[in-house]
Amino acid sequence: MHESEILSRWVDLQQKLAGESDVLKQQDRREHARRLVAAFSRAAQSGNLDDIHTEGWRPMLDALKEVSEARAALGASTAETATFFFSLKQPVFEVLQRELASHPEQLTAALWQTTTLLDKLGLYTVELFQKTREALIHRQQQENLELSTPVVKLFDELIALPLIGTLDSARTQVVMENLLNNIVSTSAAIAIIDITGVPTVDTQVAQHLLKTVAAARLMGADCIISGLRPQIAQTIVHLGVDLQNVTTKATLADALKLALQRMGYSIVKRGA
Amino acid sequence: MDRIPVLKMGEFLLVSIQVDMHDRLAMTLQDDITEMIVRHGSEGVLIDISGLNMVDSFIGRMISNIASMARILDAEAVVVGMRPAVAITLVELGLELPGVRTALNIERGMDILRKHMRSTETTGDADSTR
Repeated sequence: MHESEILSRWVDLQQKLAGESDVLKQQDRREHARRLVAAFSRAAQSGNLDDIHTEGWRPMLDALKEVSEARAALGASTAETATFFFSLKQPVFEVLQRELASHPEQLTAALWQTTTLLDKLGLYTVELFQKTREALIHRQQQENLELSTPVVKLFDELIALPLIGTLDSARTQVVMENLLNNIVSTSAAIAIIDITGVPTVDTQVAQHLLKTVAAARLMGADCIISGLRPQIAQTIVHLGVDLQNVTTKATLADALKLALQRMGYSIVKRGA
Repeated sequence: MDRIPVLKMGEFLLVSIQVDMHDRLAMTLQDDITEMIVRHGSEGVLIDISGLNMVDSFIGRMISNIASMARILDAEAVVVGMRPAVAITLVELGLELPGVRTALNIERGMDILRKHMRSTETTGDADSTR
């Protein structure tokens, strides 16, 4: 009876609050609201209005989970999601006020109980929303780590590691492990680390590069660092980083030539 | 296991570490290797650590020391088969083993030793003709 009234008031309110900025389509919003109000009414009728972690509230919590995940996937902000749920208070209060207008004491008690209950459910929604977002961020980080460190085989016993993006400690660890495992699996004698795609080289990045080179050497593979741009060469010298013990080349092509030469190959142009 | 065998292979010595080393084992190995180099006049030592899963700073230093001692006794030492995890650990410990020759596997290590022997032989000849 009150369900449809609350629902339509809530949807109208949301419309007003969200304005143009809301990422959700009106249709989706109406559907979410319908499911939540239905689940809420069923749960409230089950009796327990104090603890939302009882069996009666399970469908409501599930519905909330779905809605908050859908909002997170669409890129809604935390404030939007919280406002969305807390705007349910107004229509519910209006109904309560009308119904209990002649019993002020009961009204106060009912309002207090409802507000506590809705707050709990609201916080639960926000928490879920946050968790979904965090899971998303974590997954993206993981994907970034894996995507950005490919090891390519250039020739028999010759591999290259084209680095793209800034090197931090976490990435260096992944890069290093990746490179060393590839040295074992391809039994590479020489590895070329190409830093054309590394925007800036500071002391820390240089330190990480030197560590990688040292680890590769311990495994019996020589490293050549290539792709040093003029600015980077200047920075390295200004910073006083010692790259004396590492072979460096300006371009990947130069490094490839040197590597092949060291491995005893000579490149001959046919017909010349 | 209280001893790691040191095998003589012609001009070279072959040491294969297949267990995780504890400190006493490393000390014994150091004694055995230096002893064997002197007794047989070996020209090269191949230390295979492909079985080594864990290293600490002590073991890292021992490997470095053994290589230096071999060089003083005029034998080239090559450490082969280091695992990625071990290499990372050593680098993080700051033990980059400068001056120690390394190779990916025994075969490559053997190549390095042979090449080294050939080069010393030719310079030796050049000295004698003078």
